[in-house]
Amino acid sequence: MDTHIQVKNLNAYYGKQQALKNINIEIPRKQVTVIMGPSGCGKTTLLKTLNRFFELNENAKLTGEVLVDGENIYGKDVDVTEVRKCVGLLAQRPSPLPMSIYDNIVYGMHIHKMKNDRREYKAAVRHYLEIAGLWEEVQKRLHDPATSLSIGQQQRLCLARGLAVEPEIILGDEPTSALDPISSQNIESRLLELKQQYTTVIVTHTLRQAKRLADYVIYMYMGEVIEAGPAKEVFGNPQHERTKQYLEGLF
Amino acid sequence: MGIKKLQKKQFERRHLMEAFMKTIMRLALLIVAGALGLILWTIIARGLPSLTWDMVSQVPKGGYYMGKEGGILNAIIGSIYLATGGTLLAMLLSLPIALYLKAYLGDSKWGEYVRLSLDVLWGIPSIVYGAFGFALMLMLGMRASLLAGIIVLALVELPIMTRAMDEVIRRMPADLEHAALALGSTKFEVALHVVTRQMLPGITTAILLAFGRGIGDAASVLFTAGYTDRITTSLMRPTASLPLAVFFQLGSPYPQVRERGYAAALILTIIVLLVSFGSRWLSARLARYTIK
Repeated sequence: MDTHIQVKNLNAYYGKQQALKNINIEIPRKQVTVIMGPSGCGKTTLLKTLNRFFELNENAKLTGEVLVDGENIYGKDVDVTEVRKCVGLLAQRPSPLPMSIYDNIVYGMHIHKMKNDRREYKAAVRHYLEIAGLWEEVQKRLHDPATSLSIGQQQRLCLARGLAVEPEIILGDEPTSALDPISSQNIESRLLELKQQYTTVIVTHTLRQAKRLADYVIYMYMGEVIEAGPAKEVFGNPQHERTKQYLEGLF
Repeated sequence: MGIKKLQKKQFERRHLMEAFMKTIMRLALLIVAGALGLILWTIIARGLPSLTWDMVSQVPKGGYYMGKEGGILNAIIGSIYLATGGTLLAMLLSLPIALYLKAYLGDSKWGEYVRLSLDVLWGIPSIVYGAFGFALMLMLGMRASLLAGIIVLALVELPIMTRAMDEVIRRMPADLEHAALALGSTKFEVALHVVTRQMLPGITTAILLAFGRGIGDAASVLFTAGYTDRITTSLMRPTASLPLAVFFQLGSPYPQVRERGYAAALILTIIVLLVSFGSRWLSARLARYTIK
C-alpha cells in the first residue's frame, strides 16, 4: 500500500477526557478513506488532528505523530498554515466567506500569493468552479454574495475554494449531512471524481454512504480504532465482533 | 362539543394577567416615545424661528451675544472637526484592541480584565476626562486647543467604540473563522480579511455611535478645546463647539440669545440624526456580503 498519511501512537484529550486512544493507522494515497463509527466515537476528532484543527479547541492536548509523506505535521518547525494549505477541509455545514462567489475562490489563492495577475485568477476561478460542477450555475452571477447560493451550491463552492489552494489531501467532516439528497449525491460524485488526484478522508455516520465512497475503511469505537482495512475486506468480512454488529445495524 | 368550547374566557386569570402586562409595556413605550417627542418639539418650537441662514453661515459678529448679527458657523465647524478627529483617533486604537481581544485574548482572564477596564472607562463621566486632559495640558504647558479637544474626545469615545466593536466581533460565527483557517490563513489574515469584512456593518455602527456621543459631549471639551468666535485654522488653536454654544447661549440674560441656543441645539440634533440615519443606510449596504 502506498501510504500518504501515517498516524503514530496518537492520543488526544479534551481536558482530562481522552478522545483518542493510541491511534495507529495508515491512509492510502489517492483513494477514499472513510472513517465510520457511532456518534461520539472520536471520528471527527481524528479527522481534525489531520489538519491541525484539533488544537483550536480549548484545553486540547495531543501526543503522538501524524506523518504526511513521512513528515510530522506536529513537528517543531512546521508552519501550521502550510499544513492546512496542504490538507483541505470540507466542513459539515458549508460556510462561505462574507464575500462574493468569485472572491470566495480567490481568497485562499490570494493569501498564498499563488497567482500573478487578474487574468490568472479569473482562469483559476473558472477552473475550480468547473471541477466543483458549479460553473454553469454561477457564471453569470460571480459577483453576487456567496450566501445567495443554495446550501448545496454553497458546499460545492466550499469544495472549489478548498481545491483552489492546491491541497494534496481533502478531508470531509460529514460533508453531506446538511444537504438534501440530490446535493449530497452531487458532492459524492465530485469526491469520487477527485480521488484520482487527491487523497480523500471522509467522516460519515451513514453506512450506505460509506459503502458508496470507501476504498479503505477505518472503524472506530469509543476513541479507539477497532478495525482498518480495504473496504472490500471490512464490509465483506469484518474481523471484529464490534464492526460486525455496527455493519448489521445493531447499534 | 359546541363552538363555545374554543371561545376565549375573557376574565380568566391568565388572560387578565396578559392584558395587564401588555398595558404596562405599552405604557413604558409611550413614556419614552413621549419624552423623545417632547424634546424634539421643544427644540423645534423654540429653535426653528431663530434658525436663519445667518445662523449656519456666519461666525458671531460684534454684539452677537447681546442679540445682534452673526451665527454659529464657528461652533458647527468646530464640532465637526472635534468629533471627526476624535472618532478617527479613537478608531485607530479601538479596532486593534477589539481585534486583539478577539484573536488572541478571547474569553480568557486577560480578555475579561480588558473588557472590565473598558466598561469602567465607559462609566467615567466625561467631565472627569476633561479635568484629566486639563491637568495633563497644564503639566505639558499646553493651551486649550483643537488637538487637546480631539485627544480627550478620543478618550471619551474609545471605550464605547471598543466595546461596541467587541460585542459585534464576538458574535462572529466560529464556522467562518474555521473556514478561513482551513485554507491556511494566519490568525491575523482571518482577522483582517474575514472578521473585519463580516463585521464591517456592525463596526460602522459602532464608529458612528461613538461619533454621536463625541459630537454631543460638552464637558470634555470645556477645558480642553476652549471656545472662540473664529473658525479654527490650526490644531494648536482653541475651537468652538456646538454643545458649548448651546450651553453659553442658554445661560444668556438676553431672550434672543437664548432662542439661538435652542437653534444651536436643533442644529446639533439634526447632525446627530443625519449621522444615525446615514449609518443605518451604510451598514445595510455593507451587509450585502455578510453571513447572516
